[in-house]
Amino acid sequence: MIKSLKIVIYAITIQFLVVSFSYGEEKEVKDCFEKINRATFAFNMALDKVLFRPVAKGYRKLPSPIRTGTSNALNNLSNLVTIPNNILQGDLKAAGNNTIRLIINTTIGIVGIFDPADVLGFEKLEKEDFGQTFGAMGIGEGCYLVLPVIGPSTVRDAVGSLISMSGGDAWYNVTVKNDTQYFKESDYYYSKLTEGVDFRAKNLESFDSLEKTSVDFYATVRSLYLQDRDRKIENLKVKTDTLDDSDWDSLDK
Amino acid sequence: MRNFGIRITILIFFFISLTSNSIANISSSFINDITSKASNILSSQDTMEVKIQELVKIGENSVDIDGIGFYTLGKHRKSLNEDQKDQFKKIFREYFLKSFSTRLVEYKEAKIVVISEDIKNEKYTIVKSKLLATSNRPEISIDWRVYTKNPSKPLIRDLIIEGLSLARTQKEEFNSIIINNNGDVNALFTSLREFNNK
Repeated sequence: MIKSLKIVIYAITIQFLVVSFSYGEEKEVKDCFEKINRATFAFNMALDKVLFRPVAKGYRKLPSPIRTGTSNALNNLSNLVTIPNNILQGDLKAAGNNTIRLIINTTIGIVGIFDPADVLGFEKLEKEDFGQTFGAMGIGEGCYLVLPVIGPSTVRDAVGSLISMSGGDAWYNVTVKNDTQYFKESDYYYSKLTEGVDFRAKNLESFDSLEKTSVDFYATVRSLYLQDRDRKIENLKVKTDTLDDSDWDSLDK
Repeated sequence: MRNFGIRITILIFFFISLTSNSIANISSSFINDITSKASNILSSQDTMEVKIQELVKIGENSVDIDGIGFYTLGKHRKSLNEDQKDQFKKIFREYFLKSFSTRLVEYKEAKIVVISEDIKNEKYTIVKSKLLATSNRPEISIDWRVYTKNPSKPLIRDLIIEGLSLARTQKEEFNSIIINNNGDVNALFTSLREFNNK
């Protein structure tokens, strides 16, 4: 009984945070916890300076084929979350494409290090997660959040991540939940850490130059994250076609 | 009479298609010209200072800096008086050129290829391009929002990198500074001045 009550309270809270705030007066994503978020952002930036940036710089020194192979393997692994979300979003064509990619690349491509599926005509598609699926269902972002170590998120995306960790991610299930004897818990965390380093290494210059030229770097990162999520939910390669021209138009009046 | 109507319709379509093509070609060659100039500067043996000076010239001639500046003020634009508008134009111009040249000068191997163009209306053409991949970074798609109200002098109003609009990011950054200072636009002016004097 108490458990059911808790679930109802959580659901109502989430509903309140997700719906009420995201559809406020100006239809902007609200930064309800800005002070805490800014403090967490400062912590993450410090962590980046002492850990992620130096490691990413070192990672960059590895031969290109090793980095490409690592990136491919991580991308292959992410299909385990992408495929169920393709299905939940009703995109069966993408689900089929990604399933075939997963099978081919895991076997012929040696655990995803190589990408023979692409050569065979099964192209690499955008990753999908539970947060994107919620977005595709029309659920608003809720408040903006900055999570320690992980970085920018929203209430909706954080709930999506919780779902991944509650059975929605097969890779998490076989590693952390120890459903099998073949993988260890640490395998999951290594893969996530490598994913972070790989992303950072690909964005070393752009991230640094953005930081150097921003007058409020926290706000810049928030804007970029939210724009990126929006674009991914709409499954657009580019956002240009949907940009609101009204503010530009008012300049010319 | 019916034939006359058909001829007029064909002529109108012909005229529209001619105008569209000319705008598209202008925008496309405009971006090609800028990117090849920038690429030459970045790959030259010149000192960093000389490169920055040259990039600033490109920015001044090809970007609608005042337009972007007022766009980035968003809803706060209306609260400015004439004196504040003049002040902002001056500070923003300096900020933009410094920020633009500092960002670009980091890219030593920058090869941009124009792929296509899309005429949105008589005022805007989106030129689609890609920054070619290097061993350190993947290929990046860049869309240029070109303001074509005056076809003989096209100007860049926004860069959309991998779907992320730089003008919108700037607008949200400025809005954050103003909101966190109880709606005081002068706080933004102070932040920009501090950046310019760094």
